[in-house]
Amino acid sequence: MAKHSVNRSARAVTALLGGLFVMGAAHAQAQAVKVGFIATLTGGQAGLGETMQKATNLYIKLHKDELPAGVTIETLWRDDTGPNPDQAKRLAQELIVRDHVQMLAGINWTPNAMAVAAFTKQAKIPTVMSGNGAPAATRESPYVIKTSFTVWQACYPLGQWAGSHGIKQAWTVVADYAGGTDAYNAFAKGFAEKGGEIGGSIRIPLNTVDFLPFVQRVKDAKPPAVFVFAPGAAAATAYMKAFDELGVQAAGIKIIGPGDITDDMELQHMGKGVLGIETALFYSAAGDRPANKSFIAAWKKEYGANDDPGIFSVTAWDEAAAIVDAVKAMHGKMDPDKTMAFLSHWKTANSPRGPLEIDPETRDVVHNVYMRKVEMVDGRLANVEFDTIPMVKDPWKEFNK
Amino acid sequence: MTREALDKAVAPRSLSRTAFGLSPWEAVPWLVAFAAFFLFPGYVPLFGQIIVMTLFALSLDIVVGYCGIVTLGHAALYGTGAYTAGLLAVHGWTEPISNAICATLVAALAGFLTGAVILRAHGFITVMLTLAVTVTFYEIANHTDKWTGGDDGLKGIDMSPLLGRFEFDIYGDTAFFYCLAVLFLALVLVRLLVNSPFGWSLRGIRENIGRMHAIGCPVYRRLLQAYTIAAGLAGLAGALQAQTTQYVALRALSFDLSGDVLIMLIIGGIGRLYGAFIGVPLYLLAQDELATRDAANWYFWMGILLIVIVLFARGGILSLASRLAEVLARRRA
Amino acid sequence: MNDWSVLVGIAFLGVAYGMVLYLISVGLSVTMGLMGFVNLAHGVFAMAGGYVTVTLMNRYGVPYFASLAAAAIVVAALGFVLERTLYRRLYGTSDFDQVLFSIGLIYVSIAVVQHFWGPLTQPMRAPAYLKGIITLGGFEFPTYRVFLIGFSIVVIAALWLTLERSRFGAQIRAAVDNRRMAQSLGVNTGRLFAQTFALGSGLAGLGGGLGADILVTSPGYPLQYILYFMIVVILGGLGTIRGPFLAALLLGIADTACRYFWPQMGAVFIFILVFFILFFRPQGLMRRARA
Repeated sequence: MAKHSVNRSARAVTALLGGLFVMGAAHAQAQAVKVGFIATLTGGQAGLGETMQKATNLYIKLHKDELPAGVTIETLWRDDTGPNPDQAKRLAQELIVRDHVQMLAGINWTPNAMAVAAFTKQAKIPTVMSGNGAPAATRESPYVIKTSFTVWQACYPLGQWAGSHGIKQAWTVVADYAGGTDAYNAFAKGFAEKGGEIGGSIRIPLNTVDFLPFVQRVKDAKPPAVFVFAPGAAAATAYMKAFDELGVQAAGIKIIGPGDITDDMELQHMGKGVLGIETALFYSAAGDRPANKSFIAAWKKEYGANDDPGIFSVTAWDEAAAIVDAVKAMHGKMDPDKTMAFLSHWKTANSPRGPLEIDPETRDVVHNVYMRKVEMVDGRLANVEFDTIPMVKDPWKEFNK
Repeated sequence: MTREALDKAVAPRSLSRTAFGLSPWEAVPWLVAFAAFFLFPGYVPLFGQIIVMTLFALSLDIVVGYCGIVTLGHAALYGTGAYTAGLLAVHGWTEPISNAICATLVAALAGFLTGAVILRAHGFITVMLTLAVTVTFYEIANHTDKWTGGDDGLKGIDMSPLLGRFEFDIYGDTAFFYCLAVLFLALVLVRLLVNSPFGWSLRGIRENIGRMHAIGCPVYRRLLQAYTIAAGLAGLAGALQAQTTQYVALRALSFDLSGDVLIMLIIGGIGRLYGAFIGVPLYLLAQDELATRDAANWYFWMGILLIVIVLFARGGILSLASRLAEVLARRRA
Repeated sequence: MNDWSVLVGIAFLGVAYGMVLYLISVGLSVTMGLMGFVNLAHGVFAMAGGYVTVTLMNRYGVPYFASLAAAAIVVAALGFVLERTLYRRLYGTSDFDQVLFSIGLIYVSIAVVQHFWGPLTQPMRAPAYLKGIITLGGFEFPTYRVFLIGFSIVVIAALWLTLERSRFGAQIRAAVDNRRMAQSLGVNTGRLFAQTFALGSGLAGLGGGLGADILVTSPGYPLQYILYFMIVVILGGLGTIRGPFLAALLLGIADTACRYFWPQMGAVFIFILVFFILFFRPQGLMRRARA
């Protein structure tokens, strides 16, 4: 008789322990929300991924106390080494199948974004994109939102602005890839609407290193203005150098383009040759907003006075904010459809760029676009904002409903 | 000289003992593949990649190992197969097996046409020509971006379920077995080929081309035939890649890829049939582990490894293994 | 006239580019002709020259010409050391082994460079007196490129004089023509190889430093440009020094013209051109009588 009761007690204890263990494990599962970031961390454009990492890590560090008790965010980083769409897709697949992430984030380059977006359809995983300006990514999959921008949001209003401010003819110089094509189309449309005419257009292959022959051609044509789009901040520096070397601005040709070409991250390395260039963008480090000032202060405190945040620092900062808010709202249980419902309606008043909201219809960003000019401020180069176009929705999606 | 010693002296440098007899070692790759599938389910997509690359490296071995032709442009054929399969799929031809066969034939044709030109040259100029072919193919794909997607890559490749039943899902299970089966068939073909009189004539050409000319062997024609077959197999590997990853990028036609697969093959050992089976998994698994953490370091160790292999271990791991086996056999005797 | 100035502009930029290509490639031509070694890694020396120049100037404020000179010397020394330790073990081995070795060397150098200097391209800041635009004969040219052409001509002239008038040059030419004969006449070919290799590498280093604007200094350098160096050497004919000059100019101008008129064409045009030339003149542009 004694043996029976021992057995029964033993079984009960085991069951209790087992139950506790399972509960503990399940509880542990809900603890860490794994987010997989895919970015360019090596190679010539490593600056893109590097700044994304810095922004993400800093934001999470400063805001981790806002998360519900017991919930943490764990970030995993994977390197796409550049515009490698099949690599990006493979990384996304491995993050899900091997590392069991609950969300994907980051993603530099339009081709990578499109590949990953297509994949998220199959995998049904909530994805926030901050690293690229692809207009069609959110259309490709219902599981994608963007906290970055679209190339059309800057280039289309810029085209309109140029046309209505006395520029009647312009040449265009863009990088020969999807981003460049988008930039060209956007600018051309806005420009044509205000009576502008494109004199000639040059597309520079992505692997070019010597830009002089291309720029020479523009200089020979002597248009009143040239619209320039470069793939990323490091390339922008090289483009601007070529323009400066041939004295394009000195020859009376105005240089305009989206703010990418004078990205704050690289601006100080571009030299005084870029003074006077006018650009359109949703952000400028010189912007006089309290949220921006505290963002830059926190950044420089963490990363040093000579480290300048730029476009992709801000988009990653906002992306981290969206992720933290989503984790808070879902209490760490990232159900794909509920998470997407939350993210599609996300908005914030604390972004360094000004007001920011996600358009529920398109899941893309809506924000101000500022006209800026490169000037010297306190001995440093700065993109000074002189005009604002409020709450711009992505024009491409508007035109292609 | 005893008969055994004579046999050994002229024996083919491959892992099998005699021409058609099978060595027990040959079952190892397949057993390892099955074990890996069950033991590491999260890595199955990576394993699928490894299998496809092994097929690619095997096709390269025909050219480099058996014909003795240095090519830095094998990716051109791989990429041709990949884009063919991808384009067919995007335009509606989604049945995997027929799609792959078609891509193989297209790549073989490309190999035939380019090989006809390349094989006329010798030595260093051949290397240059293979490079030039790759660059040309790459640029063509780059500029016909309305078809190939250019830098953005070719997407929208949605294959129908294999044999009507097995879907290609994100976990990569179907892809794994599909590619494994194809690799097996390819290996059977290549093994028969290299141990046939055709294969022997290739070896003869590699060792002493003058002699082969002198005995009346149609050298150029043999080389071209071998090159075409290798091209077809490379294209098949490319097609599998396109079908299983549902994406084709320009990298499939790049010099980088040609260089990478050459290194993978060298590590394992060229001209030994199974060099690909050793070098490719080692390289890709190491790369998966190490390169993600520090890409610069990866290049460094790969470079050192190459230099070391050239200076001391010309023949890769398999040659080291067979040398070791010889030493052990001698000890026993 | 507008069209004229366009053509002159292209020719000018093309010649500058060609000069840089030549300086870098001439060493390769000689060593390939002399040692019969397929040195795909030659770009490594040019890259090293670029990095030395740029680092000395940017990080240590060394004046421009001193940096260039230092680059040439340092890289020549590097070449000497590598030849003595590694390259000479591989003379006479198969093309295949040499190709592999070269690729290995390229990979190691890419890694080393990336480790110490990072993945980004190194900005080349020419001294102020070489910046800006110069007007010659009614046309405007970037001053730096004018200097480039002038300086290169001086270096090339010195090189040709050395190779044609000096004993060292005679020994090289003899050994390229017929190594055995040269050896039996008492030429110490081992030492000759090392010295020639050092010379070729040093020139490549100089070219890399000078041309850091055109062939930008970044870790991917050796892989990116090796095809161009190879084209110059093959078209020019292995082992010669005048042939590559013509080939480099031709390539520089053709490439620049292509980029100006048909930016989309990329490298394809160049290769079609190369195919054609090799088809009709397999030994290259300059025929050289071989003993």
